[in-house]
Amino acid sequence: MKRREFIKTGAMVVVGTAAVATGVASGLIHDAAAAEQAAMPKLAVLKPDEAQTLFSVTRTIFPHAKIGDAPYWQTVADLDAAAKTEPSVAQMLRDGVEKLNAPAKFSDLDHAGKVATLKAIEETPFFQKVRGAELQTLYSHPDTFKALGYEGPAYQHGGYIHRGFNDLDWLPNPPESASPKPA
Amino acid sequence: MAAYDLNDDSVIVIIGSGAGGGTLANELCQKGHKVVVLEAGQRQSSTLFHNEEWFAFNQLAWLDKRTTSGNWRVARDFPNLPAWICKTVGGTTVHWAGASLRLQEHEFAAKTHYSGINGANLLDWPLTLAELEPYYAKAEYKMGVTRTNDIPGLPGNNNFKVMYNGATRVGYKTVHTGRMAINSRPRDGRSSCWQLGFCFQGCKSGAKWSTLYTEIPAAEKTGKLDLRPESMAMQIQHDAYGRATGVLYAGKSGGPQFQKARAVCVAANSIETPRLLLNSHSTTFPNGLANSSGQVGRNYMRHTTGSVFGVFKKPVHMYRGTVMAGIIQDEAIYDTKRGFAGGFEMETISLGLPFTAAFLNPGAWGAQYTELLETFPNMAGMWIVGEDMPQESNAVTLHPSEKDQFGLPIPNVHYDDHANDLAMRSYAFKRGAAVYDAVGATRTVEVPPYPSTHNLGTCRQSDKASDGVCNKWGQTHDINNLFISDGSQFTTSAAENPTLTIVTLAIRQADYISDQCAKRNL
Repeated sequence: MKRREFIKTGAMVVVGTAAVATGVASGLIHDAAAAEQAAMPKLAVLKPDEAQTLFSVTRTIFPHAKIGDAPYWQTVADLDAAAKTEPSVAQMLRDGVEKLNAPAKFSDLDHAGKVATLKAIEETPFFQKVRGAELQTLYSHPDTFKALGYEGPAYQHGGYIHRGFNDLDWLPNPPESASPKPA
Repeated sequence: MAAYDLNDDSVIVIIGSGAGGGTLANELCQKGHKVVVLEAGQRQSSTLFHNEEWFAFNQLAWLDKRTTSGNWRVARDFPNLPAWICKTVGGTTVHWAGASLRLQEHEFAAKTHYSGINGANLLDWPLTLAELEPYYAKAEYKMGVTRTNDIPGLPGNNNFKVMYNGATRVGYKTVHTGRMAINSRPRDGRSSCWQLGFCFQGCKSGAKWSTLYTEIPAAEKTGKLDLRPESMAMQIQHDAYGRATGVLYAGKSGGPQFQKARAVCVAANSIETPRLLLNSHSTTFPNGLANSSGQVGRNYMRHTTGSVFGVFKKPVHMYRGTVMAGIIQDEAIYDTKRGFAGGFEMETISLGLPFTAAFLNPGAWGAQYTELLETFPNMAGMWIVGEDMPQESNAVTLHPSEKDQFGLPIPNVHYDDHANDLAMRSYAFKRGAAVYDAVGATRTVEVPPYPSTHNLGTCRQSDKASDGVCNKWGQTHDINNLFISDGSQFTTSAAENPTLTIVTLAIRQADYISDQCAKRNL
């Protein structure tokens, strides 16, 4: 699957989910147990301490206690891939991380300290880049789907016509005039 | 499939292959006319669609850079993505949700009914509902709209169950699974709906009507259609008499080519259509083609939209099944006692997790937001679609300095919410929340407008040439062989999802063009 171009559309940074699929397929994550203990992936551009800071940033931007580390590391891996393609992105990430760590090491701050630090830079292109990439990678990741109760692609399962599209049982069924029976 | 010579000036060139262009192409081909369709996007198919929101977005959406201005929140949240529409064969009929409602009689005469609204550039359509009714009937039959032509409604999904119970508890009466151009039974060689929940991503079951796999293949079958994908129209040219002579376009093979034409029909959606006319300026027409009124690009409308999501104690799984098969119509009326003119529809909507995260509160981050996202399985959602006011200053214009890959100025989309729009949205948010509160919502969330899917009015129909760009046939007032064939024609937006009316106008326009050809007027 071909990696898609990064297309900046203002507040959103549009990245194809191809990146996610590639990461998953390339053996980063084999199962939920592995996902729990997922460690730093192999990176092309980012140094380990830079990657560790970015990981910590992603955990602070969209914190979910019920999601393991893998989708967050995947975000870092996607940023690394973008940095490899575009030197300007590499520079932006490097500078951003350096500034974050200047007063004190970001990863060592407590949660409130991390939030306050990011709040102060939330309008910067660096923050927008990380948030935009994370928004797509984290919420398109199978581990996240599972943890947050989303069933993902439906076509290969024949849709929901026989899999509960109308299984809600805590309200009465509408009359047939409003909601006819399926074919 | 036909392949016409670039110098063949007997062809009708249509720009765009969506609801307007795709339908017009088929109608004209069925009548024996030679048609060239220039489509900027690639050709996809149900097999190539993916049940993945970001993948589909990148595959189908129009992502060429646009800029925004004005006080609408879209300009802040999505400064370079004013519209969520498609660049692909089939246009935005690949992405649309299928809601197919006729405009109401009073909505064709907005100026007459809503007179005296400050700042609104209202005008009556040069058309009445009665004139359009026979064509609405043809469109509904063609598209297989449920609850017409003895086609049963779609079965309601969980999201609809929540809407129905809430709506009836607050006293709404007209609540059902909608008039949808999605097969509830196999029809027209296409299957019935699988309840996939990915209507916006291109329908993989083919149950949803799209010109991609209905009108376009039907037109190809006649041997009269020359469809050219990946062909971006750059300029419409004209002769010394001010008649359109053809279209300069950037084709697959690189450099610009010029296709001669007997008539040119522009159906590129309400941003690209006026952009093309403006970019076609010449010494004869320094302000752009068909722009003697100065109205090209103006009166841009996008519906007063917004969404309400309700969070419940128990699961809903709103994303299971047809996205928009659920409607409350009681508020789509003319009743100024509510504090605004015009009405609004309330329709079920659902997003998958990736787009819920992207759109529920654009730009948000942190624990408060992620706590809300963790309620995802227990959410129900509805979309508000209301009539917005045309304003002369809400306009698609050419960017003064930025150019696209072909060297043409990119479009800027300016939109200020009118006071009437704000009053309607605020009221609609409250009514939507009341529906969910009535069935025990623990929380309701007011969600700001998504990038516009209903883009309307930038080359509007008018009786007088000084008030608008085209007449009631979509024929431009200034150039008799130049037509507007998409939602740009809309004189006012009405409260209804526009696709059915775009298709209806295209069927009617094909009759007119054919007649004019027969009379040698074209």
